[in-house]
Amino acid sequence: MTAFSLDAVAAILLIPVVAAALLAALPNYRLAAGLNVAASLLTLLAAISLFVTVRPPPGQYLLVDDLNIVFIVLNTFVGFTTSVFSASYIAHELDTGRLTAPNLRFYHAMYQIMMFGMNLAFVSNNIGLMWVAVELATLTTVLMVGIYRTHEALEAAWKYFILGSVGIALALFGTILVYMAAQPVVGEGTNAMVWTVLIEHAARFDPALLDVAFVFLLLGYGTKVGLAPLHAWLPDAHAEGPTPISAVLSGLLLNVALYAVLRFKLLLAASPEAISPGPLMITMGLTSLVFAAFMLYRRRDIKRLFAYSSIEHMGIIVFAFGMGGPLANFAGLLHMVMHSLTKSAIFFTVGHIAQIKGTQNIAEIRGLTETHPGLGWALVIGVVAIAGLPPLGIFMSEFLVVSSTFARHPLLAMPLVFGILLAFGALLLRLTGIAFGEPRGSTAPAEASYVPMYSHLALVFAAGIYLPPPLVIWFQHVANLLG
Amino acid sequence: MNGLTFDIAHLLAGGLVLVSFMMLYQDRLFALINVFAVHAIVLALSVAWQAYIQDAHHLYVTAAIALIFKAIIIPVGLHRIIQRLGIHRDIETAVGIGSTMLAGIGLVTLSMVLMLRVTPYAAPLAREDLAFALSIILLGLLVMVTRRNAVSQVVGFMSLENGLVLAATGAKGMPLVVEISVAFSILIAFIVIGVFLFRIRERFDSVDVGALDDYRGEHR
Repeated sequence: MTAFSLDAVAAILLIPVVAAALLAALPNYRLAAGLNVAASLLTLLAAISLFVTVRPPPGQYLLVDDLNIVFIVLNTFVGFTTSVFSASYIAHELDTGRLTAPNLRFYHAMYQIMMFGMNLAFVSNNIGLMWVAVELATLTTVLMVGIYRTHEALEAAWKYFILGSVGIALALFGTILVYMAAQPVVGEGTNAMVWTVLIEHAARFDPALLDVAFVFLLLGYGTKVGLAPLHAWLPDAHAEGPTPISAVLSGLLLNVALYAVLRFKLLLAASPEAISPGPLMITMGLTSLVFAAFMLYRRRDIKRLFAYSSIEHMGIIVFAFGMGGPLANFAGLLHMVMHSLTKSAIFFTVGHIAQIKGTQNIAEIRGLTETHPGLGWALVIGVVAIAGLPPLGIFMSEFLVVSSTFARHPLLAMPLVFGILLAFGALLLRLTGIAFGEPRGSTAPAEASYVPMYSHLALVFAAGIYLPPPLVIWFQHVANLLG
Repeated sequence: MNGLTFDIAHLLAGGLVLVSFMMLYQDRLFALINVFAVHAIVLALSVAWQAYIQDAHHLYVTAAIALIFKAIIIPVGLHRIIQRLGIHRDIETAVGIGSTMLAGIGLVTLSMVLMLRVTPYAAPLAREDLAFALSIILLGLLVMVTRRNAVSQVVGFMSLENGLVLAATGAKGMPLVVEISVAFSILIAFIVIGVFLFRIRERFDSVDVGALDDYRGEHR
């Protein structure tokens, strides 16, 4: 059994690598898109098999535990649905000549390398390896954001690259500091970078050094989470790249960086004399939430609108994890899953909408529910969900965040509720224009793939109505682990 | 560790900070790249010295990478790119040199105060290396924010990475994985940047990032 489980981890990592090599060599784009979907599906199956198999003991490089399984399964699931969406999206891009066949070969190979980087970041037990994996995922997305090679796409990719690199450099410095803190206790060599060893001995690390390390790590990985004031790359990268990439950026890559922050937060929590990471995360989370909520009002580009909404939600999630405690952690975890599903569904919808209308300008998109009911109503459900209306999943997780905050720190709940309401208003304001009213722009029939978006929305809806008890128990268990 | 080995390590790491300062006031691209080459050479010497005193032979590889790749290949490549792009040799600094130098002094003071205070139990050499490394990282950031030209931002970023390598080698016994990855990431980063520079050149005949700023994505 142990060997089989090791195989599952190996499969999660190897399938994307092999697929990337094949896709880079495959000239036919239809075949490539199919292969991309198949590889993503296989990876998802391998990830799900982690639940049933016996886990391997943590090694020096790889680790599977209760925490990262949640992330891996979510990651591979959204990776799979996005590959389905991507297949129909790129066909249209090829028709309109925005992308060429060689572009697509590059795009598909990069997509799988990015999946590899993200999966590696989740299963790595070594903080050095995790850093390398996050960096790899970042670089591949930079290349994909710039793929249209327009003025705007290049600016977005350049900004993303520079800010992302600086962030990742700070994270590496933080990683080195953690090693410095661990080295006198654990001894020199690889062991002082192995997370399971670190957490065992964290109580005896030099707390001052850990404090400084965490500040660097939070700033570094926080840049990739998109926390204000380090978020400047995020809206551009979302708006100018291909929409499947916007979906994985919002739905997945932000989670990868968040996961890294959580791992180090656990390390700090295990050291009694170190500063508590909570207040730092709460401050950054609230700043991002309120800032993004204000920014939502001035957006005129539909993909930018939802990019700012991602900043807002990452703010809420970081806030929840910063609060800590079983209930807030549970809420944060649930909110993260719901946000990933909803936001990627929204981007699937928006991708098709922008293709039909030939623009991302909100003012030129009107009355979608009349002309394209399938897309229009998907967008309505998605925005209603993301704005936090009942009975959808995000309402529940936001409600949990707010109520647990009210119970413990009522003063902090004020800006939290203010931010959420502000964002709610902005999103609904925009939605009414886009979805209803006099139709404007092209009314060409949609050749959309509805399955990915509606399956996500169905999951979010189901989670809002009824969470299966095994899932609740699992999440509660992980929430307790997070301290 | 006797006095002399410590002094030499100290001298080299301190020299790296000085070279970082030299970057701050270069107002020509070619001069900036030459200073970066000197930066990489000092880094290579410093890493090689660490390899010698720690008796860690794998660090010689890192030193060799710094010397061959960062001190020779990248500067030569950047010279070529600048010539091919035919860009102006003046760097448009966004902030005056005087205030940049003052800010640099402030940043170095900050990193000394911070790092020396939090590492009282670490080996003396390691803590000084960390303090110097943080200074170099912050100075690299300063170079990046005070320049508007894409090439000089890249140079600033690479000097920042040099600081990271110094920190990684100063931390005794840090696994090789990380050093190689740092070297590799620079390689990848350079390729990425190279690609971008060429694309930008293809489209706009300019690598001035300021020109890109005109577009904010939202026509008002």
